[in-house]
Order: sequence, then C-alpha cells, then structure tokens
Amino acid sequence: MSLTLPLLPRADWHAPVARHGGKSITLAAFINDVNTLAAQLPENGHVINLCNDRYLFALGFFAATVRGTITLLPNAVSAEIYARLRAEFPQLLALTEAGCDAGGLPELRVSHGPDGGAIPPTMPQIPADRIVSRLFTSGSTGAPQPHDKTWGKLVANILAAAEAQWSWTQGPCSVLGTVPAQHMFGFESSVLLPLLGGGVLMPERPFFPADIAALLSVMPQPRALVTTPFHLRTLLESGVALPPVELIICATAPLSQELAVRAETSMNAVLAEIYGSTETGQIATRRTVMTNEWAGFKDISLTDREGRTWAQGGHIEQAVPLGDVIEHRPAGENGRERFVLHGRLSDMINIAGKRTSLAYLNGVLNSIEGVVDGAFVQPDEETPGAVARLSAYVVAPALKPADILNALRKRIDAVFIPRPLTFVTELPRNETGKLPQAALQALSRNASAGKSATHD
Amino acid sequence: MSANQADSSTFEQEIAQLIVEALNLDTPAESVAPEAPLFGEGLGLDSIDVLEISLVVSKRYGVQLRADNQDNTHIFTSLRTLAAHIAQHRSK
Repeated sequence: MSLTLPLLPRADWHAPVARHGGKSITLAAFINDVNTLAAQLPENGHVINLCNDRYLFALGFFAATVRGTITLLPNAVSAEIYARLRAEFPQLLALTEAGCDAGGLPELRVSHGPDGGAIPPTMPQIPADRIVSRLFTSGSTGAPQPHDKTWGKLVANILAAAEAQWSWTQGPCSVLGTVPAQHMFGFESSVLLPLLGGGVLMPERPFFPADIAALLSVMPQPRALVTTPFHLRTLLESGVALPPVELIICATAPLSQELAVRAETSMNAVLAEIYGSTETGQIATRRTVMTNEWAGFKDISLTDREGRTWAQGGHIEQAVPLGDVIEHRPAGENGRERFVLHGRLSDMINIAGKRTSLAYLNGVLNSIEGVVDGAFVQPDEETPGAVARLSAYVVAPALKPADILNALRKRIDAVFIPRPLTFVTELPRNETGKLPQAALQALSRNASAGKSATHD
Repeated sequence: MSANQADSSTFEQEIAQLIVEALNLDTPAESVAPEAPLFGEGLGLDSIDVLEISLVVSKRYGVQLRADNQDNTHIFTSLRTLAAHIAQHRSK
C-alpha cells in the first residue's frame, strides 16, 4: 500500500480555514463542501479550474484531488489553448462560478453548500504519488510543456514554505492575494499555503490599491499579503492609508531593496521574497531588507552543469535547469543553499511574472502571413517595480500594425505584445543570419529617437 | 459646441496626454478617439496599464479607483467614460 497524506494536516473541525461571502468557513464546512463536489466529478478525468473566487477555486482543486481528477492549470487562457486542451482531453470539464467564460467546454458550477455544522466522518487521505495538478510553461518551441505535480511533493513544497514564512510571524496568518490562483505563485502562496499551512484563506483578488487596503484592514490577524513587485509599488505610491500587516510575500520578479524598505516601513511588516518557478515550485526565500542572498528551502540543491544551474532534491519532481544566472555563496549553518541572482538567461523573458522565451515569440511573429522578417527585443533595463515592455521590429511591406498586433494577440499573452512595434526595411542580420544584440539595441535607440519609423 | 462640451473635450485631451505619458505609448494623445475602446483592438491596454493609470490619476486628481464600484467596467470603456468619472470625483 502506498503512503497517504491527509487532505489538510489540520484537526480542529471548528477552526476557521477560509472566508467566503463575508463569513468564516470552518474546517468541517470546508471538508463537507469538498466531499459534496468530489461526488459530482468524473473519476480519473481532467478539469480546468476557472473560478476567480479563491475559496471556490480551492474547493474545486481539493475536490478534484479527493476524486483523483487532475486539475489542469494552463499558463494562459485563449481560444487556441482551449482548443489544444480539448483535443488532448475530450472529456475535459470546466469548474466555474457565475460570470466565467468556459470557452464552450462543459461546465460544473462550484458553490458553497448550506453549512449544517455536521462533522465529516473522516479527513480524506490522498496517496502521496497521486498526480493532482498539471501546470504548463510556454516552452521554447511554442508547444506548452506540461509539469505534473504529485500530492506528496506539493505538500512537502508548501510545508517547507510555511516553515519559512511563519517563522517571521507569530504563526499561521490569514492570507490575501493580489495574484491569480491559477498561476504557480498564487496557487502555492494564496491557496495552498493558508489551507495546508494552518492559516485562513481570503477569497478575494483585490485589484486597485484602495481595494487592497480596505480588505487588509478587515482581515483576521495576523495578516499576510501575497503580491508582486508591480502591485506593491502601485500600492505604496497610491497614497492610500495602509493598515499594519505582519507579512508580505512577494514573487514573480526581483524586488529592489528600496521598495522592500518602503513596504516594511509603511505597513510595519516583514517582507519575504520567494524564488521559484512553475517547474520547481518555491525553492528559496530572502528578507530583502537584510540581504541580497537567497536561502534555499530544506533539501534543495543547486548544481552547475552544461552551462546552466540545475535545481533538484526536496519537493522537486525531477532536476530542472533554472532560467537565471546564479552565483553560489557558501552554504548557511543549516547546510542549506545560499546564492545571488544575476538576471535572466539571455533567451528567457519574464514580464509581470509571465515567462516565455525570445525564440518562441520570434517563432510566432515570423509565422504571421506577410511578415518577411521580425524580431522581439528585450527592454534595456527595468525601473524597480515597473513593468518594462518588449519591443519588436518587423519587415512586412504589405501589412499594417493592426494586422500584426491582432495576429499576435490570438497567440501570445497580452503582456508580451510589443510596445512599440516598429516597421523597418530590413533587420541588421550579420553574415551568418544572426541578429547581434548590439545591432538590435542600436535600432531600438534610433527608433525611439526618431519615432517616425512606425507607419500606419 | 456648448461651453460644457468644450470643457469636457479639453479634459479628455488632458487625460489622453496623461495616459500616453504614463504608458510610453507611441500614439499621439490627439489621435486617441474619445469613444474608441481602451482595451483589445482599441488602444490595446491591459490590466497592468489600468493600474499604472490608476496611480497617476490618484496622484494628479486625488481619485482612488475601486473595483467594487459598480461602474468599474464602465469607467475604463473609453477615454470619454474615464475622463467623465475623474471629472466627477476629483478632489484636486
């Protein structure tokens, strides 16, 4: 018999685990909701969880986990991705709430049932080797790359994160996220961390600074905010009054020390940054105001080979090459990895936490009918907490900018849409057909000086 | 054109200029059509842009945008709807 782990490692049926509809949800009510939904799910099937309400998302994910149904978490949602998933999983079911666009997939509505206060007979037990979720990255060829997560490794990942995060607070916190539940960071930190880590999940996803501040001030204490450098910067600069918060958990892009200091001071909080990826999950953390060195989670090791740094061990399913340039530092007293990040590898792109590669984007651009040649260019350097955009150069005499932008919007995430898109008569390719970075950047500087290269 | 319409048209231009500067857009402010959609195939803005705009709007006019405001989706429909909302709620 294989090893099993409880759905939630919690025992007090009357303790709050989440909030929904302005009310507290106890462990008993949550497990009752999970069991009710699990009974309606197909066994051994696949679901895509589109719920925006984080409580309903969590219900959908945990019910699927109980049922043995795999939750697919695509890296983006578009007509093309729906079509692809449907072709691969003809029985695919969408878990939805009111207002979701299921893109034509069969739907199952997720809802919170009447809470009669009944205590469930048992806590569901899940085999550690059960595959519970499949996340996707864009891959370098354009075909989304699947990454399966097993229950045992996912739980180990979250418990390691909880150990690190709650060490800054007086224990488990209630957790509010500004990031979607469907992407790896939000999935781990705003859904799994509060539920598996003994905290309280907040269902909302506030957007504007005034919304974030209003929710923070009514959350149960101690409080944690899960956010990104960009959201944090707009929150701090907005001028809204911010309530004290015990912990701010930040990821998706490196945060500047200056922004970290401002965040800690204005919210009287500890700010902990997380380093990880869809492939590896969370593998390191740092308190940015104290150090630029990252401290690896327990049992994670980083080794260099083939010109890359590979992460393995601990909760990582299989060794994964990282997309960043890593400088090793002497291990900490507890033997854990310590390192400094020096930016993304040249082909890797990270805009607002969404990752892809230049090779993929260039492939899409050049596949548009009428594009003779084209190349995306990385932004020169980033302003801390701001989102720098890509630019692109195309040779396409018969097309208008709108033709290209519309074609790109169908295939790539909105954050990667080039701004600006500049038309040129040719790209500065060298004799071997390569585009030297320096030539592209010179093109970029000339274009921004002239601003006349864009035609209508 | 009445004096009122002239005022709102001037204010729309001011907001268009603010958007173009805040987002480093290529488009000249004068060419932003007041009723064209701000998202998708119009000006092509996304949610990151909306937050950037909300930030400059809070600094310049003292208006804190809220998503739980029922008009929220309406506010960002076009330059005209956004300018009208700011004009109505500005405190500076």
